Amino acid sequence: MELVKSITTPVVLDYDYITGRAQSRFLRGIAEGRILGQRCVECKRVYVPSRGACPRCAVRTEEEIQVSDKGTVTTFCIVRVPSENLAFNPPYACAAVLLDGANIPFMHVLQECALEDVRMGMRVQAVWVPKDQLGPTMSSIRYFKPIAEPDAEYDTYKEHL
Amino acid sequence: MAQTEAEHEAPLTAVHHLEYAYRRSVGPVLGRFLAALAERRIEGIRTARGRVLVPPAEYDPDTGDANPDDFVTVGPSGTVTSWTWVSKPRAKQPLQHPFAYALVKLDGADTPLLHAVDAIDESRMRTGMRVRPRWRSEPKGEIGDITCFEPEA
Repeated sequence: MELVKSITTPVVLDYDYITGRAQSRFLRGIAEGRILGQRCVECKRVYVPSRGACPRCAVRTEEEIQVSDKGTVTTFCIVRVPSENLAFNPPYACAAVLLDGANIPFMHVLQECALEDVRMGMRVQAVWVPKDQLGPTMSSIRYFKPIAEPDAEYDTYKEHL
Repeated sequence: MAQTEAEHEAPLTAVHHLEYAYRRSVGPVLGRFLAALAERRIEGIRTARGRVLVPPAEYDPDTGDANPDDFVTVGPSGTVTSWTWVSKPRAKQPLQHPFAYALVKLDGADTPLLHAVDAIDESRMRTGMRVRPRWRSEPKGEIGDITCFEPEA
């Protein structure tokens, strides 16, 4: 009798995910190739994507603002561990990008950049799928890539780490 | 100004499928238990104090001592010691019609095994009832080699 060495024990959860109004507006903006945030009427911070309220001031955010698809890498990590269903082959860089005009960073993947060149403060821009493939999904932005702009000063993003 | 639902576009929805395909190593004792299932036998292990644990464990829960290499075949029939009725089974559960999850103390065992009992109707379930295993036609060395237990006679 040959011993069994291992077994698969899958864990499966199926959800119907409902985005809510604020995120629906954000995703419908993405489907038009625009990145929408919302500005708090009190503290003036711009949230991207917005959840429909300011967590600091506890007020609803109503004012919609289009922010740039260019931004600054505030922090990053290198993903080296492969797993199923990854859109990119490891190793690759995952970065928090503070879009110009926004007050919170936004997680995405960096490409077209050697891993050893990824750094805090580097300037990047979204690379979109072709216009006819845009949809209300974050995969409408394929990744961010470096652009030929000088690095942002630490003081300009230190509040957003 | 209050906004009515009609002034908003409906929220977006998406199907979100989350799955972790874990693979876990079972160790030498459960590895033998599973291999025996593939041969349609249920094995327990006898502790130094003489209790028969099913499923077998590497250590005696009473003393923490490693169990001697003393495997014993139990069952295959047993007695339900406790149960709960599942009226709406989920996709990955052992049966796709209403069934009971039950603790089954197999003949010769001192501890109960958790498994499904195919009783068709909740009214047939009772503590103390006798059950026997229904085996999968093509065993794989998994707990699912026992499809479920079913009432005797």
